[in-house]
Amino acid sequence: MQMNLLQAVNNALDLAMASQSKMICFGEDVGHFGGVFRATSGLQEKYGRERCFNTPLCEQGIIGFANGLAAQGSVAVAEIQFGDYIFPAFDQIVNESAKFRYRSGNEFNVGGLTIRTPYGGGIAGGLYHSQSPEAYFTHTPGLKVVVPRNPYQAKGLLLAAIRDPNPVLFLEPKRIYRASVGEVPEGDYELPLGKAELVREGSDVTLLAWGAQMEAIEKAAELAQAEGISCEIIDLRSLQPWDADTVCDSVIKTGRLVVNHEAPRTSGFGAEIVATVQERCFLHLESPITRVTGLDTPFPLVHEAEYMPDHLKTFEAIKQAVRF
Amino acid sequence: MTEAGYTTAARTSEFAFVAQESLAIPMFSVLAQDGTACCGADLSVVEQTVALRIYQAMLFTRVLDERMVAAQRQGRISFYLTSTGEEAASVASAAALSDQDMLMAQYREQGALALRGFSSEQFMNQLFSNELDLGKGRQMPVHYGCKALHYMTVSSPLATQIPQAVGYAYGQKLAAGEHVTLCYFGEGAASEGDFHAALNFAAVLRAPVIFFCRNNGYAISTPAEEQYAGDGIAARGVGYGLQTIRVDGNDALAVYLATQKARAYAIEHCAPVLIEAMSYRLGAHSTSDDPSGYRSKDEEQKWREYDPLVRLRAWLYRQQWWSEAEDKALDESLRAEMLAAMKVAEKIPKPKLRELVTDVYDTPSVELRRQQEDLEQHLKRYPEHYPRTAGRA
Repeated sequence: MQMNLLQAVNNALDLAMASQSKMICFGEDVGHFGGVFRATSGLQEKYGRERCFNTPLCEQGIIGFANGLAAQGSVAVAEIQFGDYIFPAFDQIVNESAKFRYRSGNEFNVGGLTIRTPYGGGIAGGLYHSQSPEAYFTHTPGLKVVVPRNPYQAKGLLLAAIRDPNPVLFLEPKRIYRASVGEVPEGDYELPLGKAELVREGSDVTLLAWGAQMEAIEKAAELAQAEGISCEIIDLRSLQPWDADTVCDSVIKTGRLVVNHEAPRTSGFGAEIVATVQERCFLHLESPITRVTGLDTPFPLVHEAEYMPDHLKTFEAIKQAVRF
Repeated sequence: MTEAGYTTAARTSEFAFVAQESLAIPMFSVLAQDGTACCGADLSVVEQTVALRIYQAMLFTRVLDERMVAAQRQGRISFYLTSTGEEAASVASAAALSDQDMLMAQYREQGALALRGFSSEQFMNQLFSNELDLGKGRQMPVHYGCKALHYMTVSSPLATQIPQAVGYAYGQKLAAGEHVTLCYFGEGAASEGDFHAALNFAAVLRAPVIFFCRNNGYAISTPAEEQYAGDGIAARGVGYGLQTIRVDGNDALAVYLATQKARAYAIEHCAPVLIEAMSYRLGAHSTSDDPSGYRSKDEEQKWREYDPLVRLRAWLYRQQWWSEAEDKALDESLRAEMLAAMKVAEKIPKPKLRELVTDVYDTPSVELRRQQEDLEQHLKRYPEHYPRTAGRA
C-alpha cells in the first residue's frame, strides 16, 4: 500500500511491538501525542502506557534509561526528538551503548537498543533543527548507523535495526518524511544492515549518497544523462558498518566517484569513503574522487538552498569528474 | 507549576522562603560504636546468619583491599581502589536484597560483590587482567562485572549507571518478577547530570530502583562542602518526589534495616527510594592519589574511631555470635587465601589476541576482520616486540 516515510516508520514500530512483547518505545512527546512528527501515533492507544510513553525532557536521561532497559533484556526503541538534540546524550551513546558488550567481556549488552531520530535540513529549521550528526557516531566502534531513503527502505531497515543484536542509531531524513511516498508491503520484512544498494547501473561515474540526498544525486544523474553521461547510483543505507565492497566494485567499473552528503565536509563520512576507495581502487581511478557536501559552517536558516549539496552542485561535480 | 499543583498548593499571605534548615533530614542509626544498641533501637529483628554474613564479607573486603594496595605498591598490578571505612554501606545494603536483584555499582562497592559470592580468585583474575577475567582484560582493575551474580559491569565515566539503573528497574517491573535494582554512587557523582535525570525519570516512570548514595566526604580531593550546598543528597531525593532516608553508613545494621524497608517499599509501590549513607573514605581515592595533600591526619584519625568493622564486631561479640578467636582465625585464613589466589592469578596468561576484536559487535564486521588479519601478519613479523601475544593468536 502507499505510505509516506513517517507512516512506514509508524508501521514498522507497530509490527515490531506486535511481534515482541518486550519492545518498548519512548521519548519526548511520543505517547498520546505521537511525537512531534507523529511517528509513534496510535502506539500508546494500542499497546498501553507502559510500552509507549513520554519521558521527561532530558536526552541523557532517555538514553541512560534506554541502556539500562536494553541491558535488562527489553527491546528499547528511544526517540530523540531532533538529531540536533542528541548531543546531551552523547556520553551515554558513545561511552555506554557502544561499549557495553565490549567492556563487560559480553557479560552484558544493550543489543536491544535502537535510537531513532529525525535529522538533516530542508525544513527551514535553522541551526538547531537541521544538523546531520552521523559522522560523530560512525567514529565509534560498537554502534551501527543506518539511514533510509524512502518508505520501503525505512520500514525494512527499521525492523532490521530493532531486531539487530547491536545498538543501532537510525537516522530518519525528516525533509522527506511526508514528501517521500511509495509502495510499502503491509507485512513484515527486513532489509540487510551493512549492505549498500545499487540503485541504478551506469558506466561513466559512480554517485554515492544516503537518506534524503539520494534525491539530489538521482536528479543530477538525469541531468547528466541528457548530456550523454551514464551514472551508476549507490545508496549506502548503512554507514557503520559500511559496504566498501559494493562501492569499490562500482568504482573499479566506472573509474570515477562522486560522494554527496549534507553534513559539513571536514571529517564528514565522505572523507572515510574517499580514503578507503583510493586505498583499494587507486589504479582504477580515471579522475580524483570528489565530494559534494554541506559547508564547514553551522547549518544556515536563510541561505539553506545555497548551502545544500543539491543536484546542480552534484551535476557540476559529475561533469568535472568525467572531463578531468 | 501544573494546573493540578496550582490548585492543590495551600495558600498563604505570610511571606517566607522555605529554608533548608526547616527541612533537615535526620540520620537513621541503631548501633553505637561500642556495639550496644542506640537511639532506642530494637535489634532483635536481625538474624544471626545475616549478621555474620555481613561481617564476614566486610572482613573479606578489608583484607582484599589491604593486600591489593600492597600488591600495587610492589608493582604487581597497575591500579587499585579501596573501600576502607565504607564496607558497611555496600555490604549491608546488598545483604538486604534478594541475590537476584540487580546491583549497578560505581567502583568502590567490591564489598557488595564479595557478599554475592565473587571469589578471591575471581577478584584476582579481574585485577590481573588475565584470560579468566570475565571482562576479558578490557578495563582497568576494579571494573568488576558478573552476570551470574547480577552485578553490572562497572563503567569508568561517573554516574552513567544511575539512569541505566532506572531503565533496568523499569524492565524488571514489566517482567513482573518482583525484583529491584540497587544503584550505588558517591556524592560526587550526584553532581553529574545523569544523577538528576535518573531521579526524575525514576519518580515519573515509577521504577522499582533504590538509589544508594555513599556520601563519603570526598570526591577525589574535593570535600563535600565544595561539592554541593544544602542538606546533602537526601534533600534532592525529596525534591524529586522520592521516598528518602539518610542513614549512618558506618552502622551496618542501620544500613541493612533501611535497605530492607526500601526494597519492600519499591516492590509494593513500584516506586523508587533514595538512601544517603553518611560515611567517610578512610583510604585514598585510589592508589594514584595522596590524601595528605588535601586533608589532615587528625581528620582521618577521628573517623577511624567510627570504623564500621569494629562497631559490628563489638555487637557480634556482645551477642556471643562471634569470638575473638574466630575473628583472628578468619582474618588469617583470608590473608592466606588472597595471597594464594594472587600467586595463581598473576601466572595465568593474558587474554588471547582475538579477544581484541570480539564483542565490539555481536560478530566482528568485515572491516574489523580485515584489521585483525593485518595485525596478525604484523605480529608474526615482529614477535619479539609483542611478548604478551607472541604465539597466542
